[in-house]
Amino acid sequence: MSSLEIKNLHVGIEGKEIVKGLSLTIHPGEIHAIMGPNGTGKSTLSYALMGHPAYEVTEGEVWFKGQNILELEPDERSRLGLFLAFQYPVAIPGVTVANFLRSAINARRRAENPEDKGIPIPEFRKMLKAKMDMLKMDQAFAGRYLNDGFSGGEKKRAEILQMAVLQPSIAILDETDSGLDIDALRIVADGVNALMNENMGVLVITHYQRLLNYIKPHFVHVMMDGRIVESGGPDLALHLEEHGYDWIREKVVEETA
Amino acid sequence: MEEKPKVIVSSRSRRAEVTAKEFSFAQADVRAEGVLSEYRLRAWNQFQKLPLPDTSLEAWRRTDIHQLPADTFTLPRPGAYEDLPPVREDLLRPLADGQHGGQIVLLPGGATVELDETLAAQGVIFTDLLTAEREHPELVARLIGRVVNPEEGKFAALAGAFAQNGVVLYVPKGLQVEAPLHSILWGPGAFAHVSHLLVLVDEGASVTYVHEAASPDEPGANTLHAGLVEIQVLQGASLRFVELQSWGKHVWNFSHERARVERDAQLDWIFGAIGSRLTKNFSELDLAGQGAQGRMSGFYFTDGTQHLDHDTQQNHLAPNTTSDLLFKGALKGKSRSVWQGMIYVAPGAQKTDGYQANRNLVLDERARADSIPGLEICADDVRCTHGATVGKLEQEPLFYLKSRGIPQAEAEKLVVEGFFDPIFQRIPFEGVRERFQEYIAAKMSE
Repeated sequence: MSSLEIKNLHVGIEGKEIVKGLSLTIHPGEIHAIMGPNGTGKSTLSYALMGHPAYEVTEGEVWFKGQNILELEPDERSRLGLFLAFQYPVAIPGVTVANFLRSAINARRRAENPEDKGIPIPEFRKMLKAKMDMLKMDQAFAGRYLNDGFSGGEKKRAEILQMAVLQPSIAILDETDSGLDIDALRIVADGVNALMNENMGVLVITHYQRLLNYIKPHFVHVMMDGRIVESGGPDLALHLEEHGYDWIREKVVEETA
Repeated sequence: MEEKPKVIVSSRSRRAEVTAKEFSFAQADVRAEGVLSEYRLRAWNQFQKLPLPDTSLEAWRRTDIHQLPADTFTLPRPGAYEDLPPVREDLLRPLADGQHGGQIVLLPGGATVELDETLAAQGVIFTDLLTAEREHPELVARLIGRVVNPEEGKFAALAGAFAQNGVVLYVPKGLQVEAPLHSILWGPGAFAHVSHLLVLVDEGASVTYVHEAASPDEPGANTLHAGLVEIQVLQGASLRFVELQSWGKHVWNFSHERARVERDAQLDWIFGAIGSRLTKNFSELDLAGQGAQGRMSGFYFTDGTQHLDHDTQQNHLAPNTTSDLLFKGALKGKSRSVWQGMIYVAPGAQKTDGYQANRNLVLDERARADSIPGLEICADDVRCTHGATVGKLEQEPLFYLKSRGIPQAEAEKLVVEGFFDPIFQRIPFEGVRERFQEYIAAKMSE
């Protein structure tokens, strides 16, 4: 079963606890959104799920495909089917988008079969062209150095292209809407929607409701101070758009008082 | 680990007592006969006069050779190669695209030469030094000592006096040689391998020439290579020169190289270095005629305790000359690289366009790269720029690559390949690019 089960997750960075006991389960076919003000630990959660070495998990478990993935290296998590679309994708000078994607595919093939000779070039080209067409990307994009000198929109589209090529079973989109104009946002959202299927679960992390007009979540969670403090359906996002976060903050204070 | 510093201290104090030894070559080793006798005796005299360079000299400040076991080196006798490991097969395959027009294998005490008959009939001379001295004495006399003086240093004098191995390449006026020429200097055994390359590309001619120096690893053996490279690219001519070294890690490697590029001529000079225990290489580009252009592209990758020192000079001696140098190196282990570069613009060399950059990627905290650019400009209407960087392998790119399923080692290799890509972009030969990729793969997996 390719559900992602986050159980009582605590994450710290440089000794400071940021995520303070977060639990969430994402089943295949579901789109969850985590919303919340800046500095509540949303990005920390996504980095920790992917295994960034600077983020220290101090408590909790994350189960995916029968394994506690907190014990796995980031590349193992990826090959298991976890994907993180970065808020700030990293430039890799000298490595083209095509070369990088081929390396990523071949890493998967070799993990399955150490004797694998890698994806044949014509097959790879054909596949890449189809994915790029879907995302309305110029073919020349494949020959550019990964994220090197990319505009904000190009970076986010490159993230979705990677998602399209790697076909994860759980995709985390970390602030994928930041830095995008409305056209770019629509293309990215269309891409995500086109990739969405009953075998894939998606976690959208966003500060704004805007993206959720295009990627429609089944569940919306509000994160504050390292925890999920409110969960609901799509209406919750709209309510937040209208009323802001203060009412939740007050509610949380009341509950803990 | 705790005890390590103590070991270093004790070895250092012992090292201080050791002084450099002198070479034990004798005048009898100098082949002072025929047209070259005057040149060789001149070099021999210099060799005797000059002390071994030490770190008090600016050019040698960062390259300490006091441990050079100079007294142990001997020159190979004729036929010495017969008792030594044969040249590695992979070194013989073409590197510049297309089949060879000629191939020379220089061996300790011998050489094999092949040259396409058509090229020979067209007047191309591509042969080993001893044969050239016999068959083309006027040409050799016309080339030797014209671009590099044996007085330039101890090792230049050594090579001038004792060179046994060498290549003479002459391309006649106006001839465009399509098939690349290839020579290999194969240096197994505990010897002093002394080489001298002489290249003359006559007016309007063009050629691609690949030279590789290599040997097996022979831990504990004392092996020396001293080499001279003298290149002349005459008016309107074009030379693409690829120079690779994959010496065994026991080899002490020294060379003085200079290319003189005349009016409207072009030189595309590519370096690749992964071998040797220690290298000190002086490479100079003399843009001697108006409109001359030279490009120097260097690739190096060190590991273990290797020490590679590349000293480059771009001399703009005439107006409207262009030079463009990019050297990139990666370092592992406790290895060290030095790059010292100088752009010199002579008085009157107006409209000079000079560029130099050196980029280093240090993959291990114990490795060290020194990068020292320099400009000396004696004209006022010029454009000269330079840059030097020493960087580390960053964690964020590696995490990003790993997050896509690429394992650590492969992610590191990808970042390193990406680092070298600007050099690959400057290399017009797929075979050379592949060789560099093989170098990277080998170094990364060690």
